[in-house]
Amino acid sequence: MLYFVEQCLNGVQLGMLLFLLAAGLTLIFGIMDLVNLAHGSLYMIGAYFAATFAALTDSFVLGAVLALLATLVVGMAVEVIAMRRLYGRDHLDHVLGTFGLILFFNELVRLIWGPAGLTLPLPGVLLTAVEVLPGVYYPLYRLVIIVATLMVALLLYIVVMRTRLGMLIRAGASNREMVGALGINIKLLYTFVFGLGAALAGFAGLMQAPILTVQIGMGENILIVAFVVIVIGGIGSIRGAFVASLFVGMVDTIGRAFFPDLLRLIVTKEAAATAAPALSSMLIYLLMAAVLVLRPEGLFPVSSK
Amino acid sequence: MIAARNARNVLIAGLLTFLVLLPVYTGVTGNYFLLTLFTRILILAMAATSLNLILGYGGMVSFGHAAYLGIGGYAIGILASEGVTSGFVQWPVALLVSALVALIVGLLCLRTRGVYFIMITLAFAQMVYYLGAGLARYGGDDGLTIYRRSQFGLLDLSHKTTFYYVCLALLMAAIYFVWRLVNSRFGMVIQGARSNERRMQSIGFPTFRYRLTCFVIAGTMCGLAGALLANHTDFVSPAMMYWTRSGDLIVMVVLGGMASSFGPLIGAVALLVLEEELSGITEYWQIILGPLLLLVVLFARRGIDGLLDPSAFSRSGSELAKGRP
Repeated sequence: MLYFVEQCLNGVQLGMLLFLLAAGLTLIFGIMDLVNLAHGSLYMIGAYFAATFAALTDSFVLGAVLALLATLVVGMAVEVIAMRRLYGRDHLDHVLGTFGLILFFNELVRLIWGPAGLTLPLPGVLLTAVEVLPGVYYPLYRLVIIVATLMVALLLYIVVMRTRLGMLIRAGASNREMVGALGINIKLLYTFVFGLGAALAGFAGLMQAPILTVQIGMGENILIVAFVVIVIGGIGSIRGAFVASLFVGMVDTIGRAFFPDLLRLIVTKEAAATAAPALSSMLIYLLMAAVLVLRPEGLFPVSSK
Repeated sequence: MIAARNARNVLIAGLLTFLVLLPVYTGVTGNYFLLTLFTRILILAMAATSLNLILGYGGMVSFGHAAYLGIGGYAIGILASEGVTSGFVQWPVALLVSALVALIVGLLCLRTRGVYFIMITLAFAQMVYYLGAGLARYGGDDGLTIYRRSQFGLLDLSHKTTFYYVCLALLMAAIYFVWRLVNSRFGMVIQGARSNERRMQSIGFPTFRYRLTCFVIAGTMCGLAGALLANHTDFVSPAMMYWTRSGDLIVMVVLGGMASSFGPLIGAVALLVLEEELSGITEYWQIILGPLLLLVVLFARRGIDGLLDPSAFSRSGSELAKGRP
């Protein structure tokens, strides 16, 4: 039971991380109609920046803030230099062009930081565990991730639903020509939205950096899971991304933790030990296939297009 | 215009002559590195040709095509490690398994459109990748060494030149087959469904069935390429179906020229020779390749084939899905 609570919290934490990536992806897709494979590169860059700035400033928080700003700047630069030219093109063009960007960023990071990974040590305060339930201890830092991401999600909701900027973003998603005709600088808006998505990815990267090693290619696997999330949630829907993130995070974590035991009830111990690792990493993809068969547009389809 | 058309034909004729005569050159000079490199190029060109069938002609942007490379390869590897080395058993099994997987994946994926299709094919490929990585009995993450290549009686596949010619012959057969296929009634329906599926349906074609058949043919052909690749490297691992490999195949198709018979071959030669050359110049060669891909997308949308042949615009498929999905 204690183990179960712990795994649930892990699931929520993974879900929150996925949401940060998926929100950016789905925002960029919903508004610019752009498939951005290089989103994972921004996640990686955020983590590298955080590790570097934290080492330079000797402060985790200061490093994180600087990394967030730096990723925002990199994201906006990428938009102005490359992405802007891809709007309105075929999705295949997006896939190819951003695939090229992934190669570029991976190599650039290797050139600057070298092939070895970096680590981002946590400040001592965050290294403790807290008692979430009687007898259940959980690392404080992971709780911080959950709370911080929830706050970001809330902030995102307020910005998109309650501010003038958010109104423009929503308007841009439903009819870009009309927004432009009404005298809004749509180019600037797009650059900002892309930068926002980049900053969210960078935030995910820097929050995850102390748990994992910061290394080249770290963004790629998680990016594909984020794709699974937005496909399940319905591409373009932030609400869908939130629900699907939690769903996928839970299924993946709980699956990995308990699927081997469940399997052992059905087949022999040896067969279960062989099949379980492969099957539990396939679970979320099976889930996605099931969702797409039942609802080809995802759980929360965006109807405005 | 006629000169441009000729330029393309000259390139193709030159390339084919080069490919046929290459073993003679390597036999004289003893430079077997080049032969190994080009055997690999031919095999990946075959995979790209199969992808071109669905991507270029059918408008189905599969981002998981490398999965069939892995399935074909693993079929050979698993049978070999279980002691079945006869090619007459191995290869049909490889083709059959690839076809079956393509049928199941196609049945699910072809229900979706546009970006959903791209992502669900990617997800299925990842699933197969994890399945391969989870096969602890067959090497898991580390892969599986094949100690004996497929046995075809008198045909000795472990002889480098023989194997090269087998690959070349199969590639030519694949290109011819795709060419015949897309110019048949079946191919017209596939291309019609790419341009306007709803219209094809109104005319009365059950487009889903046609597209599914096309998807299965492409998967099977790629499975054959996988069987060749396993025999070429004497090794299979999950890495051969990692998603970046699927990306490489798309790059080959687009770089060479979508919906053109020899485009995938030209693309495979161009990409792999470019990789070889760039990695000779600098260790960080991908820093050049990445932006180059972006430039191709932006300015040479119809690939090398399109650069040589600006007349046949309508065949390129670049009109495809230009509007919103």
